[in-house]
Amino acid sequence: MRIAFVALSLFVSLFPVASRADNVTSFTLENGLDVVVIENHRAPVVVHMVWYKVGSADEPPGKSGIAHFLEHLMFKATDELASGELSDTVSKNGGSDNAFTSYDYTGYFQRIAADRLDLVMDMEASRMDGLALVEGDIATERDVVIEERNQRTDSDPGALFNEQLFAAAYLNHPYGIPIIGWKHEAHALTLEDAQSFYDAHYGPNNATLVVAGDVEPGEVRELAEKHYGAIPPNPNIRQRERPTEPPQLAARRMQYSDPRIGNDYVTRIYLAPERSPGDQKEAAALRMLAQVLGGSSTTSVLARKLQFENPRAVYTSAWYSGRALDQTTFGLVIVPVPGTPLEEAEKALDQAVAEFMEEGVDQEELERIKMRIRSSQIYSQDDISSIANRYGAGLTVGLSIEDIEDWPQILDEVTEEDILAAAQKVFDARRSVTGFVSNGGEVTQ
Amino acid sequence: MIRVILGIVLAFALSGPLRAAVDIQEVTSPGGIRAWLVEEHSIPFTALEIRFRGGGSLDRPGKRGAINLMTALIEEGAGDLDAQGFAAARDRLAASYSFDVHRDALTISTRFLSENRDEAIALLRLALNEPRFDQDAVDRVRGQVLSNIRGDENDPNGIASRTFSALAYGDHPYATPIDGTIESVTALTRDDIVTAFADTVTRDRVYVGAAGDITAEELGVLLDSLLGDLPEKGAPLPKMAEVTLDGGVTLVPFDTPQSVSIFGHTGIARDDPEFFPAFVANEIFGGSGRQSRLSLEVREERGLTYGIGSYIANYDYAHLMVGQLASANDRMGEAIEVIREEWAKVAAEGVTAEELDQAKTYLTGAYPLRFDGNGNIARILVGMQIDHLGIDYIATRNSKVEAVTLEDIRKVAKRLYRPEDLRFVVVGQPNGVEAVN
Repeated sequence: MRIAFVALSLFVSLFPVASRADNVTSFTLENGLDVVVIENHRAPVVVHMVWYKVGSADEPPGKSGIAHFLEHLMFKATDELASGELSDTVSKNGGSDNAFTSYDYTGYFQRIAADRLDLVMDMEASRMDGLALVEGDIATERDVVIEERNQRTDSDPGALFNEQLFAAAYLNHPYGIPIIGWKHEAHALTLEDAQSFYDAHYGPNNATLVVAGDVEPGEVRELAEKHYGAIPPNPNIRQRERPTEPPQLAARRMQYSDPRIGNDYVTRIYLAPERSPGDQKEAAALRMLAQVLGGSSTTSVLARKLQFENPRAVYTSAWYSGRALDQTTFGLVIVPVPGTPLEEAEKALDQAVAEFMEEGVDQEELERIKMRIRSSQIYSQDDISSIANRYGAGLTVGLSIEDIEDWPQILDEVTEEDILAAAQKVFDARRSVTGFVSNGGEVTQ
Repeated sequence: MIRVILGIVLAFALSGPLRAAVDIQEVTSPGGIRAWLVEEHSIPFTALEIRFRGGGSLDRPGKRGAINLMTALIEEGAGDLDAQGFAAARDRLAASYSFDVHRDALTISTRFLSENRDEAIALLRLALNEPRFDQDAVDRVRGQVLSNIRGDENDPNGIASRTFSALAYGDHPYATPIDGTIESVTALTRDDIVTAFADTVTRDRVYVGAAGDITAEELGVLLDSLLGDLPEKGAPLPKMAEVTLDGGVTLVPFDTPQSVSIFGHTGIARDDPEFFPAFVANEIFGGSGRQSRLSLEVREERGLTYGIGSYIANYDYAHLMVGQLASANDRMGEAIEVIREEWAKVAAEGVTAEELDQAKTYLTGAYPLRFDGNGNIARILVGMQIDHLGIDYIATRNSKVEAVTLEDIRKVAKRLYRPEDLRFVVVGQPNGVEAVN
């Protein structure tokens, strides 16, 4: 429970929730910009987001980190704005802004008083096709990105190992390359790299605008036409085509040792199908499987077997995030009690999963999980940013609004048979990578 | 992300409501328990935030970590329910209770649906009135706490924070982490946990904020049921800390590619007449809401870090002015030089009219945006009470910001920023950074 174990946290997302009560309207401008309006009049606030359907998995070979580096450079000058002016203007108006890069998308957002929507749209539109990179900004901002990598990854042995783990899981698909970039490649990125990535991928016909909060759809349409409507479609935009994985035929095993590791652990990931448009049933079963195995630190299968009945672990978890464009992963982790050899920890984990496959799903636990999903549809109404994120991320990985709205219901309909069938399929040792992570043999009691 | 979300949380609520309406009611239950409430009936749930002042600083001598471990155990079994029974009952209700503790308070953040509010409160009541602290739960959760401590011992930020606190707070409880040490936590007994609970969770130090689908009358009844039977008095609260920082550099060698630093000296009290000028000055100098001077000079101009900030850190028993950053080993020395120069510059010159203007527009405009969400509002309501801000604070806060003049800032900056008193704690292998005692 109060454990600070954050390995693989990138892939542990909050429970997705959706609801027809989200009050969603959508339309598409003539230039191809998809617009989603989520009305929520809880507070006079608006969240304005532009999601580009491009992420680190769309980078050219050898240029890892360019999607994220460009995200940083998007805060510099445009044809109409001076470097830093967008953020300065947002903060002068009491708002906040930021951006994020993932494998499949890059997003930019502002949160501000609802009556300033016109202002932030005007600025966001300016960088959709008017980014004006200058050489003077490049070296310094690249240093900032390297410091970001130092902070997030190189200073954190768990994060460093995750890079290795995912590189091993994906032989050919770019999900094996870290979003922030391999350090040696991120060091070498140039203005030309950023410009050509921008030219290839940014434009209204490769973006989704999400506006959530105290707004009316008619008003948003009018403003969107005014600010984004005049931007011509980018003729360079192509369907995303990525290298695909060959069949994995051999289990992969890794050992990592770093004196900075506080607690030794074993983690394993299996390749697993993602949520597909119109076909989310298997993904839903996997999501429920992760919840049943590791969703509660007290009552789920791994906690019960490994921390309560016969205590051999201080922490266990299972996770699955289906919101991806391509094949994703299902993960397990065990942090054994100190002094336990990792071979034994792995054996205990395997045994717990095997027993679960024999014993089946505890119906009461399944019912509690479903109750939590249903209730999260009520609780989530209180947080417009999380609703906006759900739609933005879902739409940019190819799901439809209907898919996103149907998801809670599909989860609710998952049965024990569905879960066990999904488990049978996903827990194929040949499609796994197992990592032993330790601080080099020094056992701290 | 383009910007890091910096990790130091201000210990006071500089939060206020919308121009329009955050209508706070003061509720006193039939049994005499006070709470602040914002009614919001549009979504059928309520967020309830409860804080017990004192928190982790009330550990008895030799029992460091007892209150932290106790806090983690409150939901590990109560009445006739063991840990798993309690979790199952909570999840069936789709309620959430989050127990946490920091150096100034033990906090309980809860939310529950209107449709089963009575059951959700009855279950929480059981946890607060009949916690079991079963030996097996104590041992299991102790194992988790120890693993946290082990992780923290190898974490540069954890090392920096521990070192800085040890230098800053002498023999005050703030000087050591509330988690305790491997040794102290290993030695704790069930009796220690029971004592920790009795010392901490009492009526004489409780503060409550509520927001959501509940009326004042319903809240009054709920408060009596939930908290009415708690013991009246707990352990004596701590005294003010004597801050023992002096100027210099403390270097902690650690094998990592990027050094981290925490730096600071004494600050200014929340109720000081010059607090608002100081608050606005620091927003300009090192605040995180807009481009600050530190961020401009250290990040934008020189690319020395991903994030840097400074904070007026007001704890219940100490006032500090602190900052933090991470920078590559070969660049930390330059970063420290820039920080010192900026520290001296703001002390000598104050800020410009343009900076003051922009900070005011930002601060007054951002204020209303803090009040979205029942959980956020409930937390703000508790923070205001803990800081003795008064129920009308929200209406007057922006005018206090507006009233700050350039001269006010010039005056307070000399007091607030003292480069000669700055103590840097640096963890890593920084080139060209020498320890200076």
